[in-house]
Amino acid sequence: MPSTAALLPLAVAIPLLGAVVLSVAGRWLPRLGCDILATAWAVADVLCLVLLWVRTGDGRAVSWLGGWEPHGGESVGIVLVADRLGGGTALLAALLVLAVLVYSWRYFDEPSGERAGTFPALLLLFEAGMCGFALTGDLFDAFVFFELMGAVAYALTGYRIEDPRPLHGALTFGIVNSLAAYCSLLGIALLYARTGELGLAQLGRELAGQHRDALVICAFVLVLTGPLVKAAMAPFHFWLPDAHAVAPTPVCMLLSGVMVELGVYGAARIYWTVFSGPGGIPHDAFRTTFLAAGVLTALIGTTMCWQQRHLKRMLAFSTVGHVGLFLIGVAVLTPAGLAGTAVYIAGHAGAKAALFGLTGILLDRYGSVDEHGLHGRARELALPGALFLAGGLALAGLPPFGTGLGKALSEEAAGHWAGWLPAVYVIVSAVTGGAVLRVALRVFYGLGPRPTERGGEPETTGEGEKPEVRGPTRLLPPPMLVLPALLLLGCLAVGLTPDLGRSLARAAELFTDRAGYQAAALGTAAQAAVAPPPPAGWTTAGVLLGLLSAVLACALAGTAVLGPARGAARPHSAVAFLGRRVVLPVRRLHSGLLGDYVAWLTVGVAVLLVAVAAQS
Amino acid sequence: MNLLPFLAAAWILLVGLYGLVTSRNLVHAVGCLAVAQSSTYVLLLAVGYRRGATAPVFADLPVGSPVVDPVVQALALTDVVVGAAVTALLLALVIQLQKRHGTVDPQNLTELRG
Repeated sequence: MPSTAALLPLAVAIPLLGAVVLSVAGRWLPRLGCDILATAWAVADVLCLVLLWVRTGDGRAVSWLGGWEPHGGESVGIVLVADRLGGGTALLAALLVLAVLVYSWRYFDEPSGERAGTFPALLLLFEAGMCGFALTGDLFDAFVFFELMGAVAYALTGYRIEDPRPLHGALTFGIVNSLAAYCSLLGIALLYARTGELGLAQLGRELAGQHRDALVICAFVLVLTGPLVKAAMAPFHFWLPDAHAVAPTPVCMLLSGVMVELGVYGAARIYWTVFSGPGGIPHDAFRTTFLAAGVLTALIGTTMCWQQRHLKRMLAFSTVGHVGLFLIGVAVLTPAGLAGTAVYIAGHAGAKAALFGLTGILLDRYGSVDEHGLHGRARELALPGALFLAGGLALAGLPPFGTGLGKALSEEAAGHWAGWLPAVYVIVSAVTGGAVLRVALRVFYGLGPRPTERGGEPETTGEGEKPEVRGPTRLLPPPMLVLPALLLLGCLAVGLTPDLGRSLARAAELFTDRAGYQAAALGTAAQAAVAPPPPAGWTTAGVLLGLLSAVLACALAGTAVLGPARGAARPHSAVAFLGRRVVLPVRRLHSGLLGDYVAWLTVGVAVLLVAVAAQS
Repeated sequence: MNLLPFLAAAWILLVGLYGLVTSRNLVHAVGCLAVAQSSTYVLLLAVGYRRGATAPVFADLPVGSPVVDPVVQALALTDVVVGAAVTALLLALVIQLQKRHGTVDPQNLTELRG
């Protein structure tokens, strides 16, 4: 058995090695051999991370690469640090990669030969980047892993190079995210100029003895730009729906399920370890700025989600809405908020990946992901339909799904800060869940009239998508049905396992213990944290609010499907007015043009700079 | 420390951003991304610069002689590698786009919106 310290680098090295082996062996192995090899490798990494989760316990595991250990708190080495939030995020990524590998066993109709091993190899490389990013305790390393997972994600998004749309989405994704990564690097350089350190713990220690000035504020905003663009915080979110709408379905499961959430994790980790002390950014400034950003992100994502007819794009916007909620949970800066967000992310990963997987079945059967075009066509798919409904209810936060528990915990934590914040949680859950239910009712059950076309509005239809698979005559491959069901069960398990919630709550307490992190990462004596962990179980209020948002979601979906047709609303009614004056302009902003998105990125950075500087 | 390297890096970043926002050719846009990235090289190397110091290679230097900071040079090298990989990947995507779609003008790619 490897030692605990060896597990951290192993978690990154195993998938890296697997990617190399697969890309070489894929040239002569048959298709089945590639699948078995890739799955075995993914299982090995999951086992490694499970072992790490068990061994870490309620503490931290630290590994100094190459044995460059610190002496008296000074070090020139690079450190990997795992606590249960970091290690758990890596474990979530590894589990999803395994699920996706199994899901795509028979997904692509790849000719065996030169490219047979490429897709699983890229997935493993992606996994290495994500695990590294979650486990690193060094800011520059975080940038390198960030770019590694970024570059692989661009390649995976544009994997079907025969189609113009994936290429467009991948290019936007690549340029916007790389630009953000370079902003992060500029921030890292500024921090290095000030402190001469790159490790998260060392940076936090050095900044604490310094006077806060414009350089620190600039560095803070620039460093956080990378993770926040990855996390699709408004107005950095424009790339996300474009990339998710066109990426192959198994890749969407990973992008929405865990990569976007890693951005939130990165931002939280960097703030807590580096900037939360004296000489950093005051808590009030961070809280106000990111609560506002979170609410804006949640509302934009929700509004846009309801408007979509392209199924994957709809799910992508629902991810944007939920990321807004995660940002709120992080921004309240309490262990309770973090714990709730961690549970929410785990549950959301299961539900969202399952929904994408089910959408993949529609694409496989009918070569379309268009809500209007598929109206009533999928009646024969009884089980996927039921699962799709369940996924919609999970997204709406129905107890006892893990999303419901996460929502209940984080909305309670947010409610302690501002009484109206739980309303945002209910609205986002209800509308995004309602949109999924609406699709399920129309596509799988054929309810209601076929929706009328909207002329002259900016819109992405889901028609004319190339099926990512061979002809629709074949039988449905079993993994494509079993995996979404398992993922939903996983989402359910998160809500039904009180131990998981409790250990994440203790991990959240640990996450916010800045002095403890420094002591662990620098090898100095640690004083034990004594604060009790936040509560992590179901409460009556949480269950009731979860039921409320689920009922609202059903009501919204029912009204949309069975209610009066669009356009029947009176032209002067409030709904029509809102649609014309608020929703339509917001939809026009999502223009699909690269230049616009880069301009929004610049505006976002400038606004953050002004907002943080004004409050510090 | 002199303010000039910071201003130079900021200027290069802004030039790259301006090019990206107004670009009508994706090859040009990827080039602008590389320009924006070179601002990180300038900033990193400027941060480690010491007046009158030499390269940090101690083969023929007496121990203790002033050298520039080797850490930022290592960072800049890593950055170059990352940048080369990303630029190559993006350019490959642009070539495919030209082949399949017959255009490299981002204004003509209007299928994803709303």
